[in-house]
Amino acid sequence: MDADSLLLSLELASGSGQGLSPDRRASLLTSLLLVKRDYRYSRVLFWGRILGLVADYYIAQGLDEDQLAPRKTLYSLNCMEWSLLPPATEEMITQTSVVKGRFMGDPSHEYEYTELQKMNEGDKVYEEEIVIRIKEETRLVSIIDQIDKAVAIIPRGALFKSPFGPTHVNRTFEGLTLSEAKKLSSYFHFREPIELKNKTLLEKADLDPSLDFMDSLEHDIPKGSWSIQMERGNALVVLRSLLWPGLTFYHAPGTKNCGYIYVGTGEKNMDLPFML
Amino acid sequence: MADPPSDPEQPPQQGSPPEPFTTPPEAPLQAEPETPRSQEMLAAQGWPQGAGLGQYEEPPGGLAYQPYLDENLMLEQLQQGQGSLFQQLESAFQDGQPDPLAQYHAYQREEQPFQPYGGAQHGPYMRDDPSLQFSPSELGFMSYDMEVSEPEPRELAVQNAKAYLLQTSISCDLSLYEHLVNMLTKILNQRPEDPLSILESLNRTTQLEWFHPKLDSLRDDPEMQPTYEMAEKQKTLFIKGGGVEGEQEMEEEVADTAVPNIMESAFYFEQGGVGLSSDESFRLFLALKQLVEQQPIHTCRFWGKVLGLRRSYLVAEVEFREGEEEVEEEEVEELMEGADLTTEAHGEEEGGEEDEEKAADVLPKLQWRPPPVIPREESRSGANKYLYFVCNEPGRPWARLPHVTPAQIVQARKIKKFLTGFLDAPVVSYPPFPGNEANYLRAQIARISAATHISPLGFYQFNEEEGDEEEEGGAGRDSFEENPDFEGLPVFELVDSMANWVHHMQHILPQGRCTWVNPLQKKEEEEELGEEEEKGDEGMEEAEQEIGPPLLTPLSEDAEIMHMSPWTARLSCSLCPQYSVAIVRSNLWPGAYAFAMGNLRTCTSAGATSTARTTSTPCCRHPSSRSTPAAWRSWR
Repeated sequence: MDADSLLLSLELASGSGQGLSPDRRASLLTSLLLVKRDYRYSRVLFWGRILGLVADYYIAQGLDEDQLAPRKTLYSLNCMEWSLLPPATEEMITQTSVVKGRFMGDPSHEYEYTELQKMNEGDKVYEEEIVIRIKEETRLVSIIDQIDKAVAIIPRGALFKSPFGPTHVNRTFEGLTLSEAKKLSSYFHFREPIELKNKTLLEKADLDPSLDFMDSLEHDIPKGSWSIQMERGNALVVLRSLLWPGLTFYHAPGTKNCGYIYVGTGEKNMDLPFML
Repeated sequence: MADPPSDPEQPPQQGSPPEPFTTPPEAPLQAEPETPRSQEMLAAQGWPQGAGLGQYEEPPGGLAYQPYLDENLMLEQLQQGQGSLFQQLESAFQDGQPDPLAQYHAYQREEQPFQPYGGAQHGPYMRDDPSLQFSPSELGFMSYDMEVSEPEPRELAVQNAKAYLLQTSISCDLSLYEHLVNMLTKILNQRPEDPLSILESLNRTTQLEWFHPKLDSLRDDPEMQPTYEMAEKQKTLFIKGGGVEGEQEMEEEVADTAVPNIMESAFYFEQGGVGLSSDESFRLFLALKQLVEQQPIHTCRFWGKVLGLRRSYLVAEVEFREGEEEVEEEEVEELMEGADLTTEAHGEEEGGEEDEEKAADVLPKLQWRPPPVIPREESRSGANKYLYFVCNEPGRPWARLPHVTPAQIVQARKIKKFLTGFLDAPVVSYPPFPGNEANYLRAQIARISAATHISPLGFYQFNEEEGDEEEEGGAGRDSFEENPDFEGLPVFELVDSMANWVHHMQHILPQGRCTWVNPLQKKEEEEELGEEEEKGDEGMEEAEQEIGPPLLTPLSEDAEIMHMSPWTARLSCSLCPQYSVAIVRSNLWPGAYAFAMGNLRTCTSAGATSTARTTSTPCCRHPSSRSTPAAWRSWR
């Protein structure tokens, strides 16, 4: 959610039950302003909160002019002092995929993972146990990246692509209409498109290249991994991800207010196909 | 837009200036406030729509056609020529037709809003203004073939270009000219910042507005219908019932209502970052008040919110007044007994058939007997201590959840499914769940309550009754009351050690009940099945008595989940510890929270549970272990 409209957004997203306490909200309002100034971001998003056993991580992201460019992620333990996280790499993700369980809440905590590796020494082949240590910070980076790639969404029309390449915020976006808001096809993944080029020519002909340049949620696997609900008597549409429970996207149809927030434990719901 | 009245083949050929002026009076009547007027004016002036320059294809002096002259250039020249045209206009026609000119000027004045503030007559936006370019008199002028031979080709080109722009497309009545006028008008009116960057979007929205104008205000927007309906329903919540008995009611209400102080607990939960927004909490309060008025309720509490796929549930934990419940219960019991009888009858019939078949064919006899159904607990005891009502949104009617049976709890421990939001939806799972969503929800509520309802040590104390411990070994005492001498623990102690918190809901045994029942006690009807079966059964199992931790055990006794403590306790605000609240969060059932502060009565709130355990620890435990079953406790 945009740091500029933090209070309103928090209130709209409060239907999931988890939000922020007043002292955190106040600290965020102040500190995100400073972050924006110091790092020279054009837009700062409050991404959410990852619940750890000992402490929680508060995550923010900074965007430059081009909305689809890789975002910079910052984390904080007290909503005041923010530290920049390194960008996620492929090997980070594979390395941390072996770590399961909750986050500790301490960024320097190291997870120990013993792996059996076959070592060749001359003719002998034996297995040796190697203890791999993974820092929690690395795990944090990769989880945030996975969540972003999988479930960060944005309504259709909120961004538009100019012919020169960069993606901009659409200032004339008036919000989705009520009927559009109930369809999954009106929401896009907020990331570089993957499935778009697989569409047939017929489908592509109907697309508007300035607005439809991202993947829509319609073809997400497994089907039904999004829950759409109207709250407050149809005045608010809330999408919740079932794959990463804790991600809430809210939008008030007819207005510009939209955004998403993740408040959860940072664990993927692997049982999703069984639970549907 | 309707076509303007066609006065096409008009005046210019006849060369009588006055005629074009007859139509202007009509124009104001038809004109809409926006730019279509420009077209009207054009038509009023007799300018034929899209007719091209057919009438003017008599270029005097053999001028070459240069239709593709740079339009800007032409317009500039025209602008320069405008002044001369005006002057010629005025000089030639001032005496003759003061009225038409006046009308013309009237138009001009009305055109003012479309021009920039303080725009001079020859400002940049004037050049597109049809009324100025192509004044009525000009039409007559042209055919006279006067001194204006030089600007002529450029004028022709301009007219050409303009006529091209004025062409309406095949599929609609909108011409590019008009669309551009609309768009520029909109930009000028709204003055957005950096319009160049949003040019395409403006283009799109202008077109949209043209083709989808707002419906008139008499008809309701069909899209908003459900929103309005919901608002109506919620409005009834806010209206206080019964005007005449107002005073008496006030006194009664102020005295003692079963409705809890939702706003107060919402405030404390908010300190911990949990809970719905304040207006939602207030609506919830009103909905609970409505529930209390409708049902004979003794105590009521907001248990929490359970998120579903299509709709969510708001759950209220309720205790009926004495004696109120029995009516409904009897009906349910009759149904159950009826079901039991039919199954028993079935068993007897099968026995009979098998005997007959014995003579003909020796079929292997079915050794397996379904395990005896464990009876559910009585209301107001054990897992059925409280009654639960759910509703989807404040304003909608409350629905009562049925009591939970041990079989449902046992099965609910084995499956993990999302709730859809509709109480009668089937729960399709393996192992099959005996019941529909209402039963599943109730079972989950029972598990969560049993695992996560906690309170500070000393808040509740046992009733002083003797002889409790001898009953049914291990069942323990199941009643407690508030401790009037409770002084409150300092917040730091509450946060530091989990031993300062205790469970105040009974633990649910693996059997599915809170008090153990020996399933092997034969009922009379079962003995008719035959002696062989009895002997077989006796050999098979000896039911072990299942013991769970007694009531009011501290949290420090809870088993760990995968090497982590099942509870996380924290101060709500580290910056002001003297005023903060201790918040305890369950790691087993994410979404279960409890808060406590000094003397304050602790409340627990469920937060929003997604009815799924976060960890995958197996739920079967030894009867002798003291751990709580993996369940979310909602804290309330």
